[in-house]
Amino acid sequence: MKLLRKIGESLLAPALALAFALVVTSAILAAFGANVITVFTQMWDYGSQASAIALILNLMTTYYLSAVAVAIGFKMNLFNIGVNGQYLVGGMVAAAVAGHMSLPGYLAIPITILVAMAVAALWAGIAGWLKVSRGVSEVISTIMLNYIAIGVISYLIVRTNIGEAVAFNVRGTRTIPLSGQMPGFTLPGADTPVYGFIFIAIAVGIGYWFLLNRTRFGFDLRASGMSPSAALASGVNSKKMALYAMLLSGAIAGLVALPDLLGSSHSYTLSFPTGYGFTGIAIALIGRNNPIGIAFGALLWSFLDVSSQQLDLIGVPQEIVTILQGVTVLAVVVAYELVRRNKVKAGQRSVGLALANQEAGA
Amino acid sequence: MTNATDALTLTGIWKRFPGVVANSNVNLTVRSGAVHAIVGENGAGKSTLMKILYGMQKPDDGTISISGETVIFNSPSDAIDHGVGMVHQHFMLAENFTVLENIILGSEPKQGLRLDLGAARLRLEDLARRYSLQVPFDSFVSDLGVGDRQRIEILKVLYRGAQILILDEPTAVLVPQEVDELFAALRDLRAEGITIIFISHKLDEVLEIADEITVMRAGTTVASIDPKSQSVTAGQLAELMVGSELPSPTTSGNTVRPEVVLAAANLTVANRDGKHVVDGVSFTIHSGEILGIAGVEGNGQAEIVDALLGVVPTSGNLSFLTEEISQWPTRKRREHGMAFIPEDRSRQGLLLDAPLWENRMLGHQSVAPNGGGFLIDPHGAKTDTERIVREYDVRTPSIEVSASALSGGNQQKLIVGREMSGEPKLLIAAHPTRGVDVGAQAAIWDHLRNARAAGLAVLLISADLDELIGLSDTIAVLLRGKFVATVDPHNVTPAILGSAMTGAGVSA
Repeated sequence: MKLLRKIGESLLAPALALAFALVVTSAILAAFGANVITVFTQMWDYGSQASAIALILNLMTTYYLSAVAVAIGFKMNLFNIGVNGQYLVGGMVAAAVAGHMSLPGYLAIPITILVAMAVAALWAGIAGWLKVSRGVSEVISTIMLNYIAIGVISYLIVRTNIGEAVAFNVRGTRTIPLSGQMPGFTLPGADTPVYGFIFIAIAVGIGYWFLLNRTRFGFDLRASGMSPSAALASGVNSKKMALYAMLLSGAIAGLVALPDLLGSSHSYTLSFPTGYGFTGIAIALIGRNNPIGIAFGALLWSFLDVSSQQLDLIGVPQEIVTILQGVTVLAVVVAYELVRRNKVKAGQRSVGLALANQEAGA
Repeated sequence: MTNATDALTLTGIWKRFPGVVANSNVNLTVRSGAVHAIVGENGAGKSTLMKILYGMQKPDDGTISISGETVIFNSPSDAIDHGVGMVHQHFMLAENFTVLENIILGSEPKQGLRLDLGAARLRLEDLARRYSLQVPFDSFVSDLGVGDRQRIEILKVLYRGAQILILDEPTAVLVPQEVDELFAALRDLRAEGITIIFISHKLDEVLEIADEITVMRAGTTVASIDPKSQSVTAGQLAELMVGSELPSPTTSGNTVRPEVVLAAANLTVANRDGKHVVDGVSFTIHSGEILGIAGVEGNGQAEIVDALLGVVPTSGNLSFLTEEISQWPTRKRREHGMAFIPEDRSRQGLLLDAPLWENRMLGHQSVAPNGGGFLIDPHGAKTDTERIVREYDVRTPSIEVSASALSGGNQQKLIVGREMSGEPKLLIAAHPTRGVDVGAQAAIWDHLRNARAAGLAVLLISADLDELIGLSDTIAVLLRGKFVATVDPHNVTPAILGSAMTGAGVSA
């Protein structure tokens, strides 16, 4: 009963926000003369087919990892805007290493994963080090590192022998041999497989929860986020903490490239998708940095992304979904703040009432 | 009953907050040109009443009338339009502005589009002369002391045309000599026909300055006293305030043991500009001893605390239980038995959005019962939080509520309980009873006394001189980062201590 209420409370804000976003989007659709009902039923019909579900799960895996990476920073008020650059660098190096490995899968895949995590962590560590040693805001440095990452990667792939021709007129890292690719599974009736990496994403979610709620590191991290001054007095070394949080966030960011890389593209080319880091920020916001909340956020986002591809066919610009996503994020942020304030008041009220009753009883 | 000589009348004021009735049926009449004191302990509803009076909050019920005319304040600017001005306990001044700029901020005199500083200066100089409130108009506020800042706040309100001045705990931040200056200024203001509402819980001061006294208790006005015609003592007032007898901070017997728990030698802390805010301070605290530090706020107390905790770079030697700890990180110091009751509990002592049991872990997250190595132990922490709630009488329906839901006194009891857990060797207690009600205060004093008897070494910093004198075994006086005197609490009065705090020297 208590648990049900708790779940209900935590779903209230996103549900309200989503409803609000749907109303706004509907209004915009109606203003463009589209049939609102048709649009949403089309999206639902397309998005609920088996093939689309596979695409949604694959995209969700990537989004989930990206959002967890961002959330680790958010938990201590660190804004890692650089998940983008971190996964690109980590993914590129891991792809190059994996392309040259001729080991059995049970060795090759873990090594690829570790390389991606380590390289991305180091890339994030630059921002972490700048922050603690020079006081550089991680917002600025991670954004800058995103650009540097893209430049460095382009250079390495185009100008050095890390890149080779993987298809006509396409340069990329050497294609990962079959043994180093990650097998997936196929949903009944679908023609695209679901990435095996989804299980790693689930493990990351559980690990994230465990780290935050059951380890001293997680407590220190959350304490630093809630009150840096109280954390300091409690013995948290805020500089060390910021550096570790940045490294950890970067390490998880390193995983973001891998579902695509190990599951479908098998080579890092210059057309490797680049926007996942920013989507991760939006999803971490929607999910309130909570492992379950992020899963819902990632599901919603990838459903919208995939099903929106259907919209052009019925003459509705698929950018409408971008509006829906944007409004959802804004509405979620507002709704959570309202619910939070309400909760603080309710808490004070319930304490007041309980004490009044105690006193009356005494 | 409103008549022409009443500056202000409140009738049947009610204000309810969720779960709390802050004001119930408050009736108050303030005579024009009088100093009217409102006394009551923390939580008696004084602050809420004042917020209603200057338009910060609207009463749920009841009327306010100014000079016989019923008014409704929707905002502080409505109040100031009716001549009601507020001087807050915590000053609201821009540090990097000059005094003049601070005073005119928000009601700047303009000539066309140009700021007319000349006109403002003339008017202010006149005001300052008339009410003997001299302040250096061209100095930056950051260079000024507390007394000057308070005069600036008063001038700010007068400049806006206030005829009724509300002073919220104006003496809380002042040393006795500054209090005398303030009172002289208040008498001048009164002579000029300004009505003053004076909120305080320092009763001897109230008796010294007030023409009328209203006592509040549990949200309502319980007595009006005319100290000129009725003779009333501070003790009687106090009993009216709490509805029973007052506790007093006294310790008995000497529990000081020979072992030295903490020895600081030549402790120095520099601020960002390189200025020594703690300047070569040396002291020792023995097991079972309470060392009190007296001083006007901002003379280095906070930095001494930071230095002991190891959160600021420090030079000098610090030995704790025979080990040199000046290079130890904060966590290691705390794990070895350094307990800490912070000055500002919401800033340093609590995670307001976290449940009580997580707050139990704060500062103790690396030791039993909250954890050991890598993991934390929520179950152990919850069980121990239940114990603290029981033993320290923390009034809460559950340990799952967030710390922000508790009243200040209960938050403080939770902190005291937490810090007394796990056999601490040294307790750094900064203003341990600030902002808590009388009941909680007495309980906290009991805990300190018991811990002292059991051999705890305590560094006590307090602005409440009675508390300091009553509890300490030794008192060191801190001025501009240095110890300027050491006094024996058994033969010192608050007045002597106050004079030592301002650098006037110890005459005893």
